[in-house]
Amino acid sequence: MTERTSHDHAADEFQKDEEIHGYYQFLGLAIEELLVEKGIVTGDEIRATIERRDSITPAIGARIVARAWTDPPYRQRLLTDGTAAAEEFGCEFDATELVVVENTPEAHNVIVCTLCSCYPRMVLGLPPSWYKSREYRARAVREPRAVLKEFGTELAENVEVRVHDSTADMRYLVLPMRPDGTEAMDEDALAALVTRDCMIGVTVPKV
Amino acid sequence: MSDRYSPGDHVRVRADSPPGHIRTPVYIRGKCGVVRRIFGDFPNPEGLAYGQPGLPEKTLYEVRFRQRDIWPDYDGELRDTVDIDIYHHWLEPDDAGATR
Repeated sequence: MTERTSHDHAADEFQKDEEIHGYYQFLGLAIEELLVEKGIVTGDEIRATIERRDSITPAIGARIVARAWTDPPYRQRLLTDGTAAAEEFGCEFDATELVVVENTPEAHNVIVCTLCSCYPRMVLGLPPSWYKSREYRARAVREPRAVLKEFGTELAENVEVRVHDSTADMRYLVLPMRPDGTEAMDEDALAALVTRDCMIGVTVPKV
Repeated sequence: MSDRYSPGDHVRVRADSPPGHIRTPVYIRGKCGVVRRIFGDFPNPEGLAYGQPGLPEKTLYEVRFRQRDIWPDYDGELRDTVDIDIYHHWLEPDDAGATR
């Protein structure tokens, strides 16, 4: 009898990938296969698109915010034409445009898409799963202060909460306030303070 | 479009429920708000969703609503707002809005 090690498995013990389940996952795969079969797109084009989308991370948005904090003319360009200002950082836009909304001592901005999960993917990449949840989408417009509190963000009563429901061709990005005590920081150090959730508006940058 | 609304105009969202792909959330239909800015003209998503070109294009506005006007029992500050992007054909003038 040979000694069993932890690497031995019976034939039926292979770990399997997660099974495809659900109507829409099957539908998506079927359409993808048909598009490739009919020569409308190639497998390499699909792969390259996924690779490009996955390469976009909130670090790009953070660099944009840090630039806006340190370069007043850039901040002005960002608030006037978010699309053009983000393109300066190499962001690529197709059908949608970017609108940047600025937090101030008087007003705090929060982004949601109640209809689906529209998100500024060109500057932040893929949305977190909670952003796509029905609960966040429904509650962010109904009781935003309670939602913010659950994210650990308590706003003073005199701060106005402005929710932005991205229902159409515009995608929104929050320009947070630069925290106190960061006067000596350079742009790279500032960018490190700016997280994804700050740019969705459910929290604020902390030193 | 010559009959565009202007920033500051009081508008009411049509209280309508047509079938199809509608980008006007149900919770805002029938509610009154104020036009904040004009984003320009865009293909109508109600046609785009069905493979049509979405023409004529529709003017897209950012409209600001007071939370208290959307949810009478809103548990927050009076000045809290929701900004929603709404296409021209979903808006109608709210002449009484300025006096409310």
